Amino acid sequence: MSVNDNGTLVKVDAATKYFKRGSEEIHVLEKLDMQVPEGEFLALMGPSGSGKSTLLNLIGGLDRPTSGSVTVAGERIDRLSRQKLAAWRARHVGLVFQFYNLLPVLTAERNVELPLLLTHLSRAERKKHVDAALDVVGLSHRKTHYPKTLSGGEQQRVGIARGIVSDPTLLLADEPTGDLDRKSGDEVLDLLKALNKDHNKTIIMVTHDPHAALRSTRTLYLNEGKLSTEPAE
Amino acid sequence: MKFVKLVISNFRRKIIRTVLTILSILVAFILFAYLAAIRQSLSQGIDVAGADRLVVRHKVSIIQMLPGSYEADIEQIPGVADATFSNWFGGIYQEPKNFFPQFAVNPEEYLAMYPEFLLSDEEKEAWFSTRTGAVVGRNTAERFGWEVGDKVPIQGTAWTRKGGQRTWDFDIVGIYDGAEQGTDTTQFLFHYAYFDEARSFGRGLVGWYIVRVDDPDDAVRIATAIDDTFANSPAETKAETEGAFVQGFADQIGNIGAITQAILVMVFFTILLVAGNTMAQSVRERTGELAVLKAVGFTDSHVLVMVLLEAMAIAGVGGFLGLGVGWLMISRGDPTGGLLPIFFLPPKDIVMGVILVIVLGLVTGLLPALQAGRLRIADALRQL
Repeated sequence: MSVNDNGTLVKVDAATKYFKRGSEEIHVLEKLDMQVPEGEFLALMGPSGSGKSTLLNLIGGLDRPTSGSVTVAGERIDRLSRQKLAAWRARHVGLVFQFYNLLPVLTAERNVELPLLLTHLSRAERKKHVDAALDVVGLSHRKTHYPKTLSGGEQQRVGIARGIVSDPTLLLADEPTGDLDRKSGDEVLDLLKALNKDHNKTIIMVTHDPHAALRSTRTLYLNEGKLSTEPAE
Repeated sequence: MKFVKLVISNFRRKIIRTVLTILSILVAFILFAYLAAIRQSLSQGIDVAGADRLVVRHKVSIIQMLPGSYEADIEQIPGVADATFSNWFGGIYQEPKNFFPQFAVNPEEYLAMYPEFLLSDEEKEAWFSTRTGAVVGRNTAERFGWEVGDKVPIQGTAWTRKGGQRTWDFDIVGIYDGAEQGTDTTQFLFHYAYFDEARSFGRGLVGWYIVRVDDPDDAVRIATAIDDTFANSPAETKAETEGAFVQGFADQIGNIGAITQAILVMVFFTILLVAGNTMAQSVRERTGELAVLKAVGFTDSHVLVMVLLEAMAIAGVGGFLGLGVGWLMISRGDPTGGLLPIFFLPPKDIVMGVILVIVLGLVTGLLPALQAGRLRIADALRQL
């Protein structure tokens, strides 16, 4: 992993993103600049359609900016080919989704193992990593269960275990508590906080929930394609 | 291997749909195997027909007989190595449904003409020296439980003995095997001399001639020469290769190859739609999951190959099971009790079946696989 001298892990530089819908161009992000230092727990807030998830996708290499650049750990990921970008994601990014997005045909442990299938780890080594990740999220006792037999909170913890199992540089969470009740949501937020504090994971979390944002070390607000440190009026 | 497990786990997603798709493919391949065996049976002998053998029959029809004197004339034609004759008997054993071909032949000449009929030296000797002796193919012998030493009465339908009796008694002196899988082992062969001497009419006549030529490439010229020899005689001939002769028989009930091919094309087109739709639906249903796989680092190629493997696995399980079950059913023998005596699944059709399984998997999986491979993660995740 490589970070800038000033400790910046993620650098978004003049990133613009627009989508075409028929003949119409929808501008989501406009020359956006952002820096995230290593070890930060950043909350991204903003109204629906403000471009939070789009920004997260650019940082995670799931999408490319229309113009501008995205540099993570010293690497210009917007220039990577699809193939290289996939390999980069496997090595550097852990993702946590609002609706967990677990594969229903796989047990919890097999879901967590997915990113490791792309590595050269042996079966025994993969199992060791999976057990450790499930232990971190407190679900070792549920590892052979299928997603449909787990509660929403448990499913999200499995999702987090899948996100951290390959020890990524960056953990990106898109509305991780959006589908959970308050109690389960708090458990997930506690877990993310612990990962940031105890394991020094850099986390960028998109959320609508000010209560969730309180756990972060910094909150940025995105409105009409622009970032600010204060919520829009 | 680790990805194969992931592919296999997808079969549990909609187990009933997967099983039904596999069953439909399985049934299609059983049908394929059966039609191949039926086609083989109905065109029996074409593939194993001697390239160096001609059949000479009456120009008007096979049921018109030829003079026995033609044999010597035919053997005089340059390029002819050997000639013999055969005479259709068409008798009944016990009851009419017990059909099998019976021919009155010259034993020594006939065995020389058909080296693919395998008999031990003792059996040959016994046949040559026993006037009422008959040899029978393994297939027919097993069908009726006949053994060497048995006395078999056959009721003549067309041929009666002098005095009007219809029963002809034969002594089984040998059971022949085929040199090849496709060799006809249903025939019942007996002495023409015994038959000709005892029959009430038609003495000195034979059904057709079988002619061996020195050079198969010269067969057409020799056939023309034979026909020219007997032109303008009371019994003109039509000489043709043995393969064409057998094909002519098969074509009497239509172009079997075209019929079976047409049925198979329709069956496989339907299966292609069924399996293709299943795969397309299966991929559509898990667009989000495929996007997640890509998000965690699976490449476009990974996803494409996984979907393709899934389609090929479904086609493979259904197809190979179908071929296997079809082969087992066919191995039990002629399902008609005698109308399809040479009933087996030819190796070339097994190879064709395997190729069809692979093609079915590739064709049904290719479009969904390409679709999955091209899937854009951000777009797919937005749709969740």
